Amino acid sequence: MDRKIAVTGDAAAAYAMKQINPDVVAAFPITPQTEIVMNFSQYIADGEVDTLMIAVESEHSAMSACVGASAAGARTMTATSANGLALMWEILYIASSTRLPVVMPVVNRALSAPINIHCDHSDTMGARDSGWIQIYCENAAEVYENVIMAVRIAEHPDIRLPVMVCQDGFITSHTLEATDTFDTDTIRQFIGEYTPFYPLLDTDNPVTYGPLDLQDYYFEHKRQHSDAMVRALEIIPRIFHAFEKTFHRKYGFVEEYRLEDADIAVIVLSSTAGTAKATVDHLREQGVRAGVLKLRFIRPFPAKAICRALQNIKAVGVMDRSDTFSSRGGPLYSEITSALYENKQSIPVADYVFGLGGREIDPRMIETIFNQLLHIMNTQRVEQPVNYIGVRE
Amino acid sequence: MKAPGWKTLPAGGLITEAGNAVTYNTGSWRTLRPAVDKQACRDCLICWVYCPEGAVKVKDTRFLGIDYAHCKGCGICASVCPQNVIEMQKE
Repeated sequence: MDRKIAVTGDAAAAYAMKQINPDVVAAFPITPQTEIVMNFSQYIADGEVDTLMIAVESEHSAMSACVGASAAGARTMTATSANGLALMWEILYIASSTRLPVVMPVVNRALSAPINIHCDHSDTMGARDSGWIQIYCENAAEVYENVIMAVRIAEHPDIRLPVMVCQDGFITSHTLEATDTFDTDTIRQFIGEYTPFYPLLDTDNPVTYGPLDLQDYYFEHKRQHSDAMVRALEIIPRIFHAFEKTFHRKYGFVEEYRLEDADIAVIVLSSTAGTAKATVDHLREQGVRAGVLKLRFIRPFPAKAICRALQNIKAVGVMDRSDTFSSRGGPLYSEITSALYENKQSIPVADYVFGLGGREIDPRMIETIFNQLLHIMNTQRVEQPVNYIGVRE
Repeated sequence: MKAPGWKTLPAGGLITEAGNAVTYNTGSWRTLRPAVDKQACRDCLICWVYCPEGAVKVKDTRFLGIDYAHCKGCGICASVCPQNVIEMQKE
């Protein structure tokens, strides 16, 4: 039976984890992810799940324990934020290249220094090349649904990659929203029984995990990893389809909002997509043909879907909630411009870095971006490719 | 023999064939070779216990010699030998 509950983004992640009932969770609490671990620990204490919870002494240990548990054959989950994710760094690559389907909600928070506990995407953007699939959620409902979907994506026999399910720290993680939940049995049927590949505990078929892999084999293993990400692009839409059939929720790599007849558009991730949609509604009333392209996945990078969505757009603003410090703006900007270049789409694109360290982004600021895009559309010239929105001069 | 390509290898760098390290000769890494004075050896087998590569050959309770195809020349056997009858010599 489906039920509507009031949850924060963190509680939504923990609630999905409860219904999934993973074999092992190894986690360390860090703001603003803490409530995920806290709520899930409560489920364990109340006997609502039979998960083995490993309380570790750091995130490096959390991800290491997840690697061990997953290799042993357990359905494994964890959760983290910011500096915790940074401390996992070494093991992120080991989990993904060992092809262990760990699912990890990540509550996006700025990286130090200076120390800051609020939202930006510098943590997961830094990990975008660690070989994990990355999903970004706009609200608590998307967090809940993506955590469920992530299990099936990660464990698909032709993918077998770990997945991060990202939400905006505090903005989503600590805001109460009415969220539809699904029946536990239906969720368990959708994700299925976990069938591990080469589990270490299968002592009749002994395997070696993590051997030395030198000039003679390492490249082949990395080539397999690249191929898994390419295949994920083909397979994930089938999982969207299965999810829609079961839960009546439509998903795609991207969400297009009022793009079909739009002249100008912003590209954005996570909670800011909601603000951008409201801004677009307001601008539409004034006759401005604006739209929003929300990216749900950046790994694998859905270049085709992005190019297709932008084919009739005359000026694009990329909203980056992190900086690459490369002199070329944010990470989304360079990936999107390179996808458009490869597809021979010469739309003028400007980058707008915003919201670092939780700096507020409001409809007025997004309106400023759209006004600049109108100017870019009319002149077909980008005078300043990289812009910073909401920072004091 | 041509090594398998990425499409046929087991994913994740796993080795699914147990005990195949025996086909991978690490003896060529060695710069120092353990030379054992077999006459003076008392067959205590402490070298066999400590050798990290399983490169000490033993039959029943007798020391037989060193497996030079796999011995990396780390010298642990020489340092733990209570009789001091293993000497590390330059290759």
